[in-house]
Amino acid sequence: MESFFTRFKNVLVLVVVLLAQTIGLAIQIRRPAEVGAPDGKKVTLMRSWAVAAIAPFERFFHGIGYNVRNGWSNYVDLRGTRQENHALKDEVARLRLEQAQLSEDALQGHRLQTLLNFQRSYVSSTVAAQVIGSSGTDRSRVLYIDKGAAEGLKVDQAVMTPDGIVGKVRETFPHTAQVLMIDDPTSGAGVLLASTRIRAILRGSQDGRIVITNLTPDSRIKTGEKVMTSGGDQVYPRGLSVGTIESIAPDPDHQPYTIIQVKPSTNLLQLEEVLVITGTQNDLSQLAKKDLAEGAAKAKDMADAKAAADEAAAEAAAQSAAQIIAEKLPSVQQEDPADGKAPATATTVIGVPKPAPTLRPDRYTPGSTPPASSLKPGAEHGGEVYAPPARTEKRPSPEQPDTNGTESSPPSSTKPKPKSESANPDN
Amino acid sequence: MPSQSYTSRRELEEHSFSPAVTLLVPIAAIVLQVLLSKLFWRFSMLDLPLIVTIFFAVSRRSPTVGTLTGAAIGLIQDALTGRPIGINGMAKSVIGYIAASIGVQVDVDSLTTRAAMNFVFSLLNSVILFLISRRLLGQTQIHMMWVQELLRALANTAVAIPVFFLLDMTKRPE
Repeated sequence: MESFFTRFKNVLVLVVVLLAQTIGLAIQIRRPAEVGAPDGKKVTLMRSWAVAAIAPFERFFHGIGYNVRNGWSNYVDLRGTRQENHALKDEVARLRLEQAQLSEDALQGHRLQTLLNFQRSYVSSTVAAQVIGSSGTDRSRVLYIDKGAAEGLKVDQAVMTPDGIVGKVRETFPHTAQVLMIDDPTSGAGVLLASTRIRAILRGSQDGRIVITNLTPDSRIKTGEKVMTSGGDQVYPRGLSVGTIESIAPDPDHQPYTIIQVKPSTNLLQLEEVLVITGTQNDLSQLAKKDLAEGAAKAKDMADAKAAADEAAAEAAAQSAAQIIAEKLPSVQQEDPADGKAPATATTVIGVPKPAPTLRPDRYTPGSTPPASSLKPGAEHGGEVYAPPARTEKRPSPEQPDTNGTESSPPSSTKPKPKSESANPDN
Repeated sequence: MPSQSYTSRRELEEHSFSPAVTLLVPIAAIVLQVLLSKLFWRFSMLDLPLIVTIFFAVSRRSPTVGTLTGAAIGLIQDALTGRPIGINGMAKSVIGYIAASIGVQVDVDSLTTRAAMNFVFSLLNSVILFLISRRLLGQTQIHMMWVQELLRALANTAVAIPVFFLLDMTKRPE
């Protein structure tokens, strides 16, 4: 028996080592069964030891690299900073205008959500952290950040950059945390296609892409459409940017589904700093409300100013049109007076010109129809027989304006004298 | 007839290392792998811990020590990933065992042998990882991407040659 163990010592050691690790794997896979979920206590302890051994080196070398980069970018590489500053100021001004335009809609949407008792989570607190390390292999895409449980980080908190989501906290250690990135094969997130409002599940793939695989072909889904978080996974708050659709292709393994490849809005390969969302709330923060109110007020001022400008432009256009018509219409033209003075009425016409006074009034003449308030449905005009105003041979004199308010009268010398008609043309 | 003479090939070419080297070199390889992968994401294709495992296994020429060294390095590597602990441990245990077994019979100090050995072991490591993920863990979405694995093996081989020469200097003098 002793010779057996001596002879097969190497193989036995290998078998024992493999067996022990297989049992360890079986325990880990059984508890917990969910992929991407945090480990059990014993596994966490092993990870904690490994991280405690490696993290100081990572912090040390990250600190050296950070200080070198910081020194270079802050003191040496300042070329083009002035131009960049100008460009950024212009960008800020443009974004302020955009914010003002959107604030009113946002406030209105928020009021409607409140009315409908719509539950929505807003980001209320974040913790900024620096990326100090990675898993070291492309088969598992995790990051290590320099903040941990001592800074309030917990498992399943969302991690993002200003550009979009990065992943979620998978494990926390006292001053370090492990972040599972969204392009890891075991990662997942609930997403919403921005324009079509289709909900889907985003997953990481073996080759580092992020894909949607649970949708059937839909002609409404186009490349370039933005993808955002839906909030349905209880990890990522709703509305955070995820990326844009890069390609749509049939899934050869799972027909009739499609593989929709999404280009992440965050550069997941070069991450330096991230934000961990440590708190959400159902209402907007006071600061956000104040910003929105300021933006809405600014938008109102802008709208008022625009309305005033439009009104002034319309008035100027009407005045210009009146002048053109006054020049072209014979009724508003005045003969030159004998004394050679220009008539004031021809140049002082303001607003839309009125029609010339009626020469032969009849029942169609404006102002001769009884007002609608005096009429009764079904009643005859027995008591009040309409009689058009008596025709008069007297034509309005240029000195005395007629009742129609016409400010200029036609020249009497050039008009032929009308023929005499009965008082009531109908009779 | 003695079963093992002092002039046997195994005795002559068996190398030993100081405890500091035994401990620090694997840790340095893991730290370097982690840092380089963070700085340049393409370095995540490399597997410096695998190279160190192969080096120690073929230098010591003891399958038991090779197995244990591979298991230890692989477990630490697993602990830093988000995957279950033991995947790399199992793969590198097998690699350590086979590398040490080969080292007894083949001259592993020549450049050609080292290059071929690293290339084959890198591919073997990928195959074992694939089998563990697919068969033991039931991750059916994992596929063997041969082109990527061949490139990985080539990259590991290219890096392993200078690393082996550097680590040769850590051997204890005979």
